[in-house]
Amino acid sequence: MKLLIKNGTLVTPQGEIRADLLINDGKIAAIGALSESGCKIIDASGKHVLPGLIDIHVHLREPGYEGKEDIKSGSEAAVKGGVTQVCCMPNTNPVCDNAVVATYIKARAKEVNLCKIHPIGAITKGEQGETLADIGKMKSAGVVALSDDGKSVMNSYIMRLAMEYANSFGLKCLCHCEDANLVDGGVVNEGYNSTLTGLKGSLRAAEDIMISREIALSESLDIPVHICHVSTYSGVEIIRSAKARGVKVTAETCPHYFILTDDVIADYDTFTKVNPPLRERRDVEEIIRGLQDGTLDCIVTDHAPHALKDKQTEYNLAASGISGIETSLALSYTYLVKTGKLTLCGLAEKMCSAPAKILGLEGGELREGAPADIVIADLEKSYTIDGNAFVSKGKNTPFNGYKVNGVVEYTIVDGEIKYCK
Amino acid sequence: MLKDKDLLGLQHLSADEINLILDGAVATKKFLEGDRKCSEVLKGRTLVTLFYENSTRTRTSFELAAKYLGANVVNISVATSSVQKGETLVDTGKTLDSMKVDFIAIRHPMAGAPALLAKNVAASVINGGDGMHEHPTQALLDIFTLKERYGKIEGLKVAILGDIKHSRVALSNLFGLTKLGAETYMYAPGTMLPKDIAALGAHVANSREEAVEGADAVMGLRIQLERMNGGLFPSAGEYAKYFGIDDGLMKYAKKGAIILHPGPVNRGVELPPALIDGETSFINRQVTNGLAVRMSILKLLDGYRGVRL
Repeated sequence: MKLLIKNGTLVTPQGEIRADLLINDGKIAAIGALSESGCKIIDASGKHVLPGLIDIHVHLREPGYEGKEDIKSGSEAAVKGGVTQVCCMPNTNPVCDNAVVATYIKARAKEVNLCKIHPIGAITKGEQGETLADIGKMKSAGVVALSDDGKSVMNSYIMRLAMEYANSFGLKCLCHCEDANLVDGGVVNEGYNSTLTGLKGSLRAAEDIMISREIALSESLDIPVHICHVSTYSGVEIIRSAKARGVKVTAETCPHYFILTDDVIADYDTFTKVNPPLRERRDVEEIIRGLQDGTLDCIVTDHAPHALKDKQTEYNLAASGISGIETSLALSYTYLVKTGKLTLCGLAEKMCSAPAKILGLEGGELREGAPADIVIADLEKSYTIDGNAFVSKGKNTPFNGYKVNGVVEYTIVDGEIKYCK
Repeated sequence: MLKDKDLLGLQHLSADEINLILDGAVATKKFLEGDRKCSEVLKGRTLVTLFYENSTRTRTSFELAAKYLGANVVNISVATSSVQKGETLVDTGKTLDSMKVDFIAIRHPMAGAPALLAKNVAASVINGGDGMHEHPTQALLDIFTLKERYGKIEGLKVAILGDIKHSRVALSNLFGLTKLGAETYMYAPGTMLPKDIAALGAHVANSREEAVEGADAVMGLRIQLERMNGGLFPSAGEYAKYFGIDDGLMKYAKKGAIILHPGPVNRGVELPPALIDGETSFINRQVTNGLAVRMSILKLLDGYRGVRL
């Protein structure tokens, strides 16, 4: 089936270009001034045509926590957000620490058939941090990376073994960085606002120590490592200096870390509870600088949907996480591109090509021959975020009421329209 | 008039509102000192004390404050362990609301729990202490005690020593004293000082002596001895020696400076027995004043209910 996208502004690695884009047989067949008869035409006048977003840090919750999200609702949320490829974290129930769960996720993704879903396997059995999971078998079943997301592998020796063993299968460890002993039950950033609210704080050091450890292991072993959801200014600086001396480290952050400060915890809104916690102004500023200078390679959502009952409780007891996959493009465009911090092409790199490159996935760029994973968006169109309007089961967003620019009109995966506004 | 149906903390009270409560407590204290303590001011109203943590003094104080004013009182105590299972706080609140309760005095180990409850009930919620956050009625009684002694709060220097980081009393006092123009000095081991407390208006002293120098009042905070095992301090003896309040330290304070403590006191740790029982100790008077302040608060919140509900 052929599909012609006419008159759009294409966001390519070479810059923004006004051109048509022809899709044939699931691939980008041609880019240029094209006229084609006998195929479906989408008029993208005044719209932007981007590579489909690739979100390498997502919680789809299935199997086990379908009350929070499932592969179908999560996929619907993804394509509504312009995301064509999702890597889903293994902290399901049962944990994705074996080939059976990985195979199940891939099978469900095929049934749902909306976006591409790549499971991430656990580093250790049950994410317990003690013994290695079935890494080889999971690789054969299709996992694209490993993570004990939600916590760090606290034993440094186990982490060393994990990195070495995973590397022999060409798999990277995606490291959630928080020293559990130092966090010690903290639920917010330790600082002015934790003192003001009486909520137990967690120091930046809890995150920075683990970022430093993963970098030290990566450097000593000469094995690449990826740092998840960086939230501290000091973490950015640790990664920056590691990169400067050639350590094979990549890193991600999330919209909530470059937009929000912990001032939003003041009225105990549990939608603001997330791990690692929201930090302070200087962190937000340094994370933006890190995105600008390439210290932070990519933007992910850490999409963490929860049922309302998991959030309507005391702050300490509330589940951690933000439902973010439907708002990441608009928030990133509004707060990074409209403010002049990044170019649109720069943003496309952070949300499309860089994540593909980190995990060796296909796609992420508009070029002839690439898979036709494409988003058509009206980037100037504004709307007000309302979590209750999410198609995700997780309505938990701290961005309710935020006015943003950027509405996804079409999401195309392998040449097929999977979402149309 | 208070501007909210609830009393959740001193952070959000204005100086005028604090003074309203203090002024009201002058009258309720006079009433307390009378022969027979019977009033019908709150007749037909009901207070529930909903305590998720153990307490003798605060809970009894709330109960008697309501009873002396003629209200009905029901006490509910919930074991901390059951917070994590069974009925949620919001559901408990809605149940009490359906029983037409007027006031809920809540104590809870988690910061923000009274605010969560208040959002979900029509009853007036009074914070009886939430985690490491606020304990507004305690601070109000401390401030009332100071005002009774000195006639004013403005210009006073108050030193607070002890486990400030884990204390809801310290934070509420800091808010209240600062709003009324007093200076608050704090001193504690590093493990017991919260981050950025200076940004909230406290003077963080470098020594016990600096904290107490020229103070009108010295307040000790209770040390949870079980925190020793958590490594916050090595031993009760070491704490008393380097961070406790003693006769030698009190020489730095203003002549006639008073000693306050929210109780219960670990005798010989925060304070030596001679000081606890001595002339400058206002610890027992604080308890009486707590009753007066809580009566004043109930009356004011009732006034709010009379107009708004």
